[in-house]
Amino acid sequence: MGGLQKKKFERGSATNYITRNRARKKLQLSLPDFRRLCILKGIYPHEPKHKKKVNKGSTAPRTFYLLKDIRFLLHEPIVGKFREYKIFVRKLKKAYGKTEWSAVERLRENKPTYKLDHIIKERYPTFIDALRDIDDALCMCFLFSTFARTGKCHVQTIQLCRRLTVEWMNYVIASRSLRKVFLSIKGIYYQAEVMGQLITWVVPYQFSHDHPVDVDYRVMATFTELYTTLLGFVSFRLYSSLNLVYPPKLDSNGESEPKEESEDDYAMNSESYLEKLSALSASLARVVSSADEEEAQLDQFPSEGEDMEKMEAREKELKQQEAQKKLFEGLKFYLNREVPRESLAFVIRCFGGQVSWDKSVCIGSTYDVTDETITHQIIDRPSVGKQYINRYYIQPQWLYDCVNAKILLPVEDYFLGVTLPPHLSPFVEEKEGDYVPPEKLKMMALQRGEKPGNEQEEDEEEEEEEEGEQEEEEEQEEDDNGDEEDDEEEVAEEKNLKKMEEQRSQDKSLHVKVTPGKLKVENKARLEQEEKAEEKRLAIMMMKKKEKYLYDKIMFGKKRKVREANKLAAKRKAHDDSEKAKKKKARK
Amino acid sequence: MKKAGGKTALKRSKEEDEEQNQIFNFNRKPADEDKDDDLSDSEDSVYSGLEDSGSDSEEEEGSDDDEEEGSDDDEEEGSDDNDDKMKEKKEGEVSEEKKKHEYEHDSSDEEDIRNTVGNIPMEWYKDFPHIGYNLDGKKIYKPIRNKDELDDFLDKMENPEYWRTVHDKQTGSDVVLSDDQVELVNRLQRGQFGDVNFNECEPMVEFFSSDVMIHPVTNRPADKRSFIPSLTEKEKVSKLVHAIKMGWIKPRRVEDDGRGRYYNLWASEDSSILARHKMHLPAPKIPLPGHHESYNPPPEYLFTDEERALWEQQDPADRKLPFVPRKYSSLRQVPAFSQFIHERFERCLDLYLCPRQRKMRVNVNPEDLIPQLPKPKDLQPFPTTRSLVYRGHSGLVRSISVSPSGQWLASGSDDGSVRFWEVCSSRCMKTVQVGGAVKSVAWNPNPSVCLLAVALDSVVLILSPSLADKQVILSSERLLSAQQEGEEPAEGNGSVVWSEAEGEELNQGLRLKIQHPKAVHQVVWHAKGDYLASVMPDNTSHLQVYIHQLSRRRSQNPFSRNKGLVQCISFHPIRPYFFVATQRSIRIYNLVKQEMTKKLQTNSKWISSMAVHPGGDHVICGSYDCKLSWFDLDLSTKPYKMLRHHKKAVRGVAYHRLYPLFASASDDGSVIVCHGTVYNDLLQNPLIVPVKVLRGHVMTHDLGVLDVTFHPTQPWVFSSGADATICLFT
Repeated sequence: MGGLQKKKFERGSATNYITRNRARKKLQLSLPDFRRLCILKGIYPHEPKHKKKVNKGSTAPRTFYLLKDIRFLLHEPIVGKFREYKIFVRKLKKAYGKTEWSAVERLRENKPTYKLDHIIKERYPTFIDALRDIDDALCMCFLFSTFARTGKCHVQTIQLCRRLTVEWMNYVIASRSLRKVFLSIKGIYYQAEVMGQLITWVVPYQFSHDHPVDVDYRVMATFTELYTTLLGFVSFRLYSSLNLVYPPKLDSNGESEPKEESEDDYAMNSESYLEKLSALSASLARVVSSADEEEAQLDQFPSEGEDMEKMEAREKELKQQEAQKKLFEGLKFYLNREVPRESLAFVIRCFGGQVSWDKSVCIGSTYDVTDETITHQIIDRPSVGKQYINRYYIQPQWLYDCVNAKILLPVEDYFLGVTLPPHLSPFVEEKEGDYVPPEKLKMMALQRGEKPGNEQEEDEEEEEEEEGEQEEEEEQEEDDNGDEEDDEEEVAEEKNLKKMEEQRSQDKSLHVKVTPGKLKVENKARLEQEEKAEEKRLAIMMMKKKEKYLYDKIMFGKKRKVREANKLAAKRKAHDDSEKAKKKKARK
Repeated sequence: MKKAGGKTALKRSKEEDEEQNQIFNFNRKPADEDKDDDLSDSEDSVYSGLEDSGSDSEEEEGSDDDEEEGSDDDEEEGSDDNDDKMKEKKEGEVSEEKKKHEYEHDSSDEEDIRNTVGNIPMEWYKDFPHIGYNLDGKKIYKPIRNKDELDDFLDKMENPEYWRTVHDKQTGSDVVLSDDQVELVNRLQRGQFGDVNFNECEPMVEFFSSDVMIHPVTNRPADKRSFIPSLTEKEKVSKLVHAIKMGWIKPRRVEDDGRGRYYNLWASEDSSILARHKMHLPAPKIPLPGHHESYNPPPEYLFTDEERALWEQQDPADRKLPFVPRKYSSLRQVPAFSQFIHERFERCLDLYLCPRQRKMRVNVNPEDLIPQLPKPKDLQPFPTTRSLVYRGHSGLVRSISVSPSGQWLASGSDDGSVRFWEVCSSRCMKTVQVGGAVKSVAWNPNPSVCLLAVALDSVVLILSPSLADKQVILSSERLLSAQQEGEEPAEGNGSVVWSEAEGEELNQGLRLKIQHPKAVHQVVWHAKGDYLASVMPDNTSHLQVYIHQLSRRRSQNPFSRNKGLVQCISFHPIRPYFFVATQRSIRIYNLVKQEMTKKLQTNSKWISSMAVHPGGDHVICGSYDCKLSWFDLDLSTKPYKMLRHHKKAVRGVAYHRLYPLFASASDDGSVIVCHGTVYNDLLQNPLIVPVKVLRGHVMTHDLGVLDVTFHPTQPWVFSSGADATICLFT
């Protein structure tokens, strides 16, 4: 009948994908090199829609890359660099084998290197793209900067990571863009809003790591290589956007000049500058020395109706944000040596507070413990020897909670030795029907300006005391109510009787007795509801099988959510009850 | 070695001839033995900048060579160290003779030249008279008398030189050491230098100092080779030059710290690379932590003991949280999180290894999924409430039937009775004991007669309940007796026997008995009321269905072949069609043409019941696998709609004669009434809307509602249940 027979798998999705091995062969790279290339270029496997078609009829588990992606990799200059490096290693091995040390030295001097600038530019064509993807970079750099200087990776990488993270923190301080902080069991989460992008990163607690054996550090190192480059460029751009000098310099005429005395015995000259920067206690030098930031006034646009409301809401939000930025302004903190210095200094400085610490803890302390103007001393030990009367001794959680609440919380709950209130995650935004812990409700009330805190507790206590009496009273009331009802009934009966008597008197010939029927009150709303519910039930019966399945799934999810919320609430109630009982016992 | 030694000797002899001074120098050396050796050696080494050599024989030899050079130097040096030389000269002159001899018998490790056998165990020669060969190849004989022990002892006692006598194995002779030699041995044993005159602690002279001196360190004239360009060097340089030319050797790279240098990468944001490709899927961000993860969470987020046990039991992949929430009373007690690096690594793996796929998230409002049906309110009338309950039976009520007038209800039960009820008052008007579990009852649809067919065991009874006008009763009596007068009952087929009821039975209203060969399950009337069909399900024979004609008392089996177990049958309400439901399909036969017109596939496992729409174009059929299928006979042989409303087996289905209603009864104790509008327009499909779920029966023995039927004129539905009651829903 004419025409060639169409061959299978020569068109369509089968030709759009390529397996990993074939891609590797096409690029003529070893697997580690291919992996590195994928990491650097941001190439990831794709899951085809019809796996069997793409897999040419086989169902073997394979990873597929888009053919376009691989073609795109073909022209990557870095592939050439990889090959060069491979040759370099081969030559070096040979030189070693022949014990030609001069050759080894010469080769080492000419070790091929590559730059990732063009890759960064290519992966993130605009600055905002780069900012959007910086979460992982920050997390990784913060992790690497805590590694010991020995073992797992190059010291230069660790130092670079440290430098970049310090630069980042300094930028956040300078721009006052920190929004939320969360102390989790994993580490400390920070969230900053930079150029309208919410950026979250996590910093591990300051402990040495016990390095797991089942982690491939080469992969992590490759990622870090990329991330450090990205972070450097982003930092440069951010610093220039704030008119700050890029390799950051301390402001020489700043009012809070760190003391110079102890510097010499603290660290080597080459290191001390970074250390001073990382102390986070001094402000940075600017290109244009305009000390005062002009307040950005929101322009008023003529608007109507809904827009107006939106505008107002936005304005309100902005105001709140401004207020949050100046949260700790005018407060003077002193950090005891047992609290995490870097995190606290960072947070305090982000919100305009002044901070200092014992000069033996770290370089860059600005004032001593004995300073009379200190308002808060952050302390995390059960008791302290000498107390100054004009300052609060509070636990570190207070700072973090204040930041999350966007107001200065009452300090009473955070005093020395006091059981701390729970620390809540600021990242949870409860929707309708979700469980909201009572602490959050309390905080929200505080934010609204209400001051229920202590009064409520007192009330509670009073209530507890009066509970017994109240119960009795209630019972009495109930009885009273019952009586009233009875009375009403009696009145009604009397009326009926009267009526009947009247009727009797009117026509005595009729002996048909009519007993008063009880009025059945039909709750209209309820009836309607029931009707609607039944309608829905019937309609559900008529659903198609597929839709029914989906519907059931959705409803199941909803129900599960409700169940979980209820469970949490019940748990809380049980806990509160037991606490109350304990309290009572203790009182007795 | 030996050669080398020889050479040096040769050289020496030459030099001896040439220069006196050198001889002196030469001779002085062996005379002074090692001491002098060392001295000169050390001096030499100082001059030539070589390392100080030890007293090893090889090095000694080497040092000898050095010495030659050194001696040359000495000479050329001139008057610098004249004094030293003078001293040496004197010494040399004194002991010249002896020293020379000594030198020939050098006892160092250097190969012995007196005996050429080499360094071998001398006992190899113990059986020979000689002990080796001299340089000329002559045998060296052993000394004539070998000392025995006694001699040795005597020697020891008597010979004053004994202590300094050493036995030379090579020559077999005894050598008496001189005083000098003894002194040397003693010094060496004490760890001192062999030379007495050597001062170990001489102050060091900084020779190669940082001070630039006008004179060269050595006075040696520059070699010739230092003026001539070196050929080998030239070769090497040209090789390098060639390599550089060819680009094999690159010049040393300037150390650029390009890694740390950053600039404004996004200075010119061009959109050319913006749309790299559209398939790019950005990786999702890491979910943000909740209250669970706090170091000091609210108490409700902590695990209880059971939750913790469950968490530990679960597979890590199944866990809802990857960690156990913990509470620490203060920040300083929080330890490092052991899984931190792991989590980062997992994230890295996800970023480059995890296949990504664009998935459309089903973001549907569940309310939108519910189909928009007309409101049941708009589809009224339909039965909504249970208004009457008919009690009286003591067994399951298997079957019910309503009289065509709608005034009476007949019910057959397992307790062996057929009861007649007045519909409006729920009063039992009449009870007929038929003596057996009643399987099926059917009221004659012809309104001009009043007859009831009852199926029990293997009999079909025709009852005349006489619950009607006299006219009607008479006409029904006439129908029954009409045939009697006409002709004798046809006994042709033999298997079915018609007989009249007599006596007591007659009084109860029983008129006819139709005896079947097997148990009858169902009995159905034709719409005209003259024919009735009965079912005897039996898988093995073709005798499953009988059609009886009442007026002529005739029975016939329409089918000659077995097509499967017949479940139920039905007459077409208008046309001469006959519906037979087997286990899985429904066959429609044309009774006139005597052929099958259609076969409906029900897609269900086991049909339980069937009902035909009064229009005749639609059939519903219930099955034991909870399904109700609606067939549109004009549309297809497949069900137009499958309704899975019931949770358990469907036992009965029924259409209403006038209203667009149908009902299904099920073992889950409910009767579901649906609205099923059938349009005359062929293009419009029937609209099926469930309108009411009716409940009223109590579940007994896992059975719920057994039969359902509509009132012929009113929108009422009757249902009979396993709890021995009949309900009327209005």
